[in-house]
Amino acid sequence: MAAEHTIDALGQFELHPVLGAVGRSVGFSQSSMMMVIAAVLTIALLVVGMSAKAVVPGRLQAMAEMLYDFVYKMCIEQIGEEGKKFFPFVFTLFTFILLGNLMGLLPFSFTYTSHIAVTFGLAAMVIVLVTVVALAIHGLHFFSYFFPKGAPIALSPLIVTVEIISYLSRPVSLSIRLFANMVAGHVMFEVFASFIVMMAGAGLVGYLGGVGPLALNVILMGFELLVACLQAYVFAVLTCIYLHDAVHLH
Amino acid sequence: MSGKQGDDGGSFEDRLAVARRKQGLDAPPPAAGGPAKGGMSAMGIGLRVGVELVSALVVAIAIGWWLDSFFHTRPFLLMLFVLLGGAAGLMNVWRLLMPKDSAAKK
Repeated sequence: MAAEHTIDALGQFELHPVLGAVGRSVGFSQSSMMMVIAAVLTIALLVVGMSAKAVVPGRLQAMAEMLYDFVYKMCIEQIGEEGKKFFPFVFTLFTFILLGNLMGLLPFSFTYTSHIAVTFGLAAMVIVLVTVVALAIHGLHFFSYFFPKGAPIALSPLIVTVEIISYLSRPVSLSIRLFANMVAGHVMFEVFASFIVMMAGAGLVGYLGGVGPLALNVILMGFELLVACLQAYVFAVLTCIYLHDAVHLH
Repeated sequence: MSGKQGDDGGSFEDRLAVARRKQGLDAPPPAAGGPAKGGMSAMGIGLRVGVELVSALVVAIAIGWWLDSFFHTRPFLLMLFVLLGGAAGLMNVWRLLMPKDSAAKK
């Protein structure tokens, strides 16, 4: 058993049932628990934060208002006036992903956005919504989206196939981007953390050497905070852009 | 306030606009906004390009594979769709990098 010196960087993404026998019988993993916590935190922020209703907001109220305003402006800017209709959806998506990314950085926590099943589920939801909205607004005219105006008709089999593949690749790229960023960050944390432990095993010189990976992990934490916010933003903005395409067709 | 720039005939609003433009006080027109890819780093762009290329290829291979098992033509449709997927990936990248140009020409 040489388990002492192997780096198990992917073990952190394994799912375990929580809440004892009840959780085991319904398959309630720590991932599901983090999702519930994220939802509760979001609702708590909005309810508790806005309960003061102060003209000059306090810290919690300012946080809730800024979050709301930020997503609201993003919807209006990217989609246009119709964006108001999609605001609840985009807001839910954004806060869910943002809290998932950020809470995953806490020790003993779990990042549910590091599972492709979760991110692809979210992306599939987005693409189904976009397609349904486009069909509802434009009817069958929506299919002209796959054939740009002015292209030679002889090329239509090629262009339409390529456009359809490109359209279908949207949810895939959306989900892979979020999932890959989260996994990469957490694997790097784990690898550098193992270096610290390994160094410490090498005696006094190792203690000094362990400072290097420790400092790297500190820097990495700052970087991961940026990535967590950025990826949630990118996901939300791309959702808005796809919704814009669906509403306006180009 | 003597009209130094010669266009005394213009209204106050016009002259104000000209003066502001000269001083660079007005924000440049937000024409070249694009879909909010303002502060993207070179690394961010590189990652996005990679993801776009790969995801189009993945989708195309999945379609090709499925069509092949549907029509019992095993490698041929897969081969065709790998090429189409590469083309779709390049088109994704093209859209990502120059969204405004292609939209303006239409």
